[in-house]
Amino acid sequence: MTIDALDVLWVTAGLGCDGDTIAMTAASNPSIEDVLAGIIPGLPQVRLYNPVLGPQNAEEFLQHFRDAAAGKSPRPFILIVEGSIPNEANKSEGYWAAFGMDAKGDPIPTVQWLDWLAPRAWAVIAAGTCATYGGIHAMQGNPTGCMGLADYLGSDFRSAGGIPIVNLPGCPVQPDNFMDTLTYLLRQAAGRAPMIPLDEMLRPTWLFNFTVHEGCDRGGYYEQADFAADYNSMKCQVKVGCWGPVVVCNVPKRGWMNGIGGCPNVGGICIGCTMPGFPDKFMSFMDEPPGAYMSTAAVATYGTMVRALRRFTRVSLDAEPPWRQRPEKKP
Amino acid sequence: MTAAPRDVVAMSWDPITRIVGSLGIHTTIDFANRHVAECRATSSIFRGYSVFMRGKDPRDAHFITSRICGICGDNHATCAVYAQSMAFGVQTPPLGEWIMNLAEAAEYMFDHNIFQDNLVGVDFCEQMVKETNPGVLAKAEQTLAPGSAVHGFRTIADIMRALNPFTGAFYLEALAQSRIAREMYCLMGGRHVHPSTIYPGGVGTVPSPQLFTEYLSRLMRYIDFVKRVVPLHDDLFDFMYDALPGYEEVGNRRILLGCWGSFQNPEACDFRYETMSSWGREMYVTPGIVVDGELVTTDLVDINVGLRILLGSSFYEDWQEGETFVKTDPLGNAIDQRHPWNQTTTPRPQKRDLANKYTWVMSPRWWDQRSGKHLALDSGGGPLARFWTTALAGRVNIGYVEATGKSVKIRLPKSANQPETEYEWKIPRWNNTLERNRARSYFQAYAAATALYFLDRAFAELNAGNTTVWRDFKVPEEGVGCGFHEAVRGMLSHHMVIRKGRIANYHPYPPTCWNASPRDSFGTPGPYEDAIQNTPLFEENGRETFKGIDIMRTVRSFDPCLPCGVHMYLGDGKELVVRYAPMFGVQPPESP
Repeated sequence: MTIDALDVLWVTAGLGCDGDTIAMTAASNPSIEDVLAGIIPGLPQVRLYNPVLGPQNAEEFLQHFRDAAAGKSPRPFILIVEGSIPNEANKSEGYWAAFGMDAKGDPIPTVQWLDWLAPRAWAVIAAGTCATYGGIHAMQGNPTGCMGLADYLGSDFRSAGGIPIVNLPGCPVQPDNFMDTLTYLLRQAAGRAPMIPLDEMLRPTWLFNFTVHEGCDRGGYYEQADFAADYNSMKCQVKVGCWGPVVVCNVPKRGWMNGIGGCPNVGGICIGCTMPGFPDKFMSFMDEPPGAYMSTAAVATYGTMVRALRRFTRVSLDAEPPWRQRPEKKP
Repeated sequence: MTAAPRDVVAMSWDPITRIVGSLGIHTTIDFANRHVAECRATSSIFRGYSVFMRGKDPRDAHFITSRICGICGDNHATCAVYAQSMAFGVQTPPLGEWIMNLAEAAEYMFDHNIFQDNLVGVDFCEQMVKETNPGVLAKAEQTLAPGSAVHGFRTIADIMRALNPFTGAFYLEALAQSRIAREMYCLMGGRHVHPSTIYPGGVGTVPSPQLFTEYLSRLMRYIDFVKRVVPLHDDLFDFMYDALPGYEEVGNRRILLGCWGSFQNPEACDFRYETMSSWGREMYVTPGIVVDGELVTTDLVDINVGLRILLGSSFYEDWQEGETFVKTDPLGNAIDQRHPWNQTTTPRPQKRDLANKYTWVMSPRWWDQRSGKHLALDSGGGPLARFWTTALAGRVNIGYVEATGKSVKIRLPKSANQPETEYEWKIPRWNNTLERNRARSYFQAYAAATALYFLDRAFAELNAGNTTVWRDFKVPEEGVGCGFHEAVRGMLSHHMVIRKGRIANYHPYPPTCWNASPRDSFGTPGPYEDAIQNTPLFEENGRETFKGIDIMRTVRSFDPCLPCGVHMYLGDGKELVVRYAPMFGVQPPESP
């Protein structure tokens, strides 16, 4: 079945910061306005219902969610969840997160919305590390008992369209990674792409099949065992806290926006913000990762030698051949 | 004037869209007298930063607290670095500080830009005005825009059309410009909105001519754009006053403004608490508190010592009898038990009861030792308080911007399509909805102008061969730190206590906590209360189709950013006649 029009219903009422919505507005490959205007060929017509951008307000806005929850959505919909999912069972009353209110005026817990909406959605995207794996708000010692969407719905969850949860980690999500994935799903909805390829942690494989280090333009320094001793250096940062060699993420390769910015490629240590183990397994962030002691020692002999040989060769290449001289200077 | 008999209707808007975070507004409206009688605001999300940060490494504070906010997270990271610098006794090298200032200037440029024209602007767009005030739209069609030669829109209605969401020309242009400003942020901070290259001790950004030239070339494109932003919004807001006489009362409140200062001067700032009074005054946005038009203080130590966090109707346990972490500050001033340094956060989730406890936010106040009053300061959405304190203080004069004692002058050089231009922001007569919005456009120009100055200083450091951007430090076993900054939407503070080398207490106070605070334990109403209570309503719709546009404009003029949360209570009683929620036609499903 091909879909020629669908809605995007975006719930920001997890434990989040709206940073993934804001990141989405930073994307230009494609931009959200181009998708909504229908100028990207091959995609269904899309309507977006996001609380940060929605022209409509309050009940008028919420009506689209109420209809979808009741199975009365006029079109198939993609559900996007932002923020981690609190454990509403770890206390006697009240709520950690809610979205709108019921007929009695009581807040509707976010988990209730997920129970209503997720099974009816054609596809479900967890946007950002909070929604994918719990993220910063699921840090040890947190009071809310929060978790990722797949922890809540089950990792074997399938949407109405038969698709697993699509996880897009990143704190926040890299802007173009988000729009790229949404565009893939829209193309799939239109019958123009096969089932979205996901890895075992439900990440799109073409975006997450290599590490920070494999895409980092400071990786050459590592190879030469040339490490930054502090943050003033433009060399490889593994000894000052960078987890890039073991973190799955394309940001140094893609940059943050239009190829600009990133993390270790521009002097910011990788703190593992795309990873299921984030943040606890990476703290204290500014300390050398334990594994780096051994790996940097192991590369030292080879790296130091290669660096010396290359320096030798470079010096010879840095001089022009002797015949390129002004005539009067020739002997 | 005699009031008509009351005709009071309960109305709720939940969730409020086109802001950051979760906010519900619950009001009673007196339709006979066309004003707001009573109002509560609720926030429905709790995350618990102050709880889970206990026991963590103090060096991680800025990485963690950046995640508080998805639109101004870098403001939090920067503020945390200020607090860390004080606690660790480290001073960022000058070039590192100029880079952080350039990053923050880009954040103001981006955030005010997207909020003004993609979120607030929709409240003034043709589609909205057609639905709420067709008479005003008709007048706008007939009104020539005085600045049309500069911004390119002939009539006010043309401006309104240009702000239509996702189709209006200026809406789309602003969205595109917001990306250029974010690229500028990424050049300095690595990533937007949670930066990668900002650290206690400085930055990891690689300084080079390329870095600053890439920023400068984008800045000049932004400046060309902002020269149309300022006259466009002047035309729009001046028209609103003109088309709706009395509109100055919408969102108007007593002048009680707080600004915690922005952009450090590395020549003055050593981040020591003992010298904070003097280096705070050297910031390129002057910190201060304005009460009834008078500049009460520009001293960050005064500001710090006067902070009080009160409870009103919030889901927390009181800490009055709890642990006292800091008895006196490093200068020997007594620190109150209700100060953020001494706050202990213990959440107690419970059923929302609009007559009792109903929100996740607390009530920050500033204790004015002259009167003994706990003042409910607001930020004016950020720019209004920043301009007001900076103008009155008359301290900033760096050529590109100049505070005169009653105004702030902003000078922008020639750009692609516009000549050299000077603006003067003058202290307005009101602390109201339209002036909060107007100041936002002018502050876009201010941020751009200061960025030109920071670039001059950064190039000068490069030319002198000073390329150090980060300095080493040791985390003390015991210590305290505080950071004062301006988040995009207003005053921001971070307070940290270190014990045994770990975080013993950490409390961030973002602007929305102040702006949207509830009636506190002393009975002092919060800023939204003042601003919305008795706000006259100019919407042409009757109750059946009422959209609450004047209330929404007021709420959004504060630039709400509610990953912190709000509560408020206003008015004079429970005179409910009808319960009616707009567009509340459909019952929610019980379960799938």
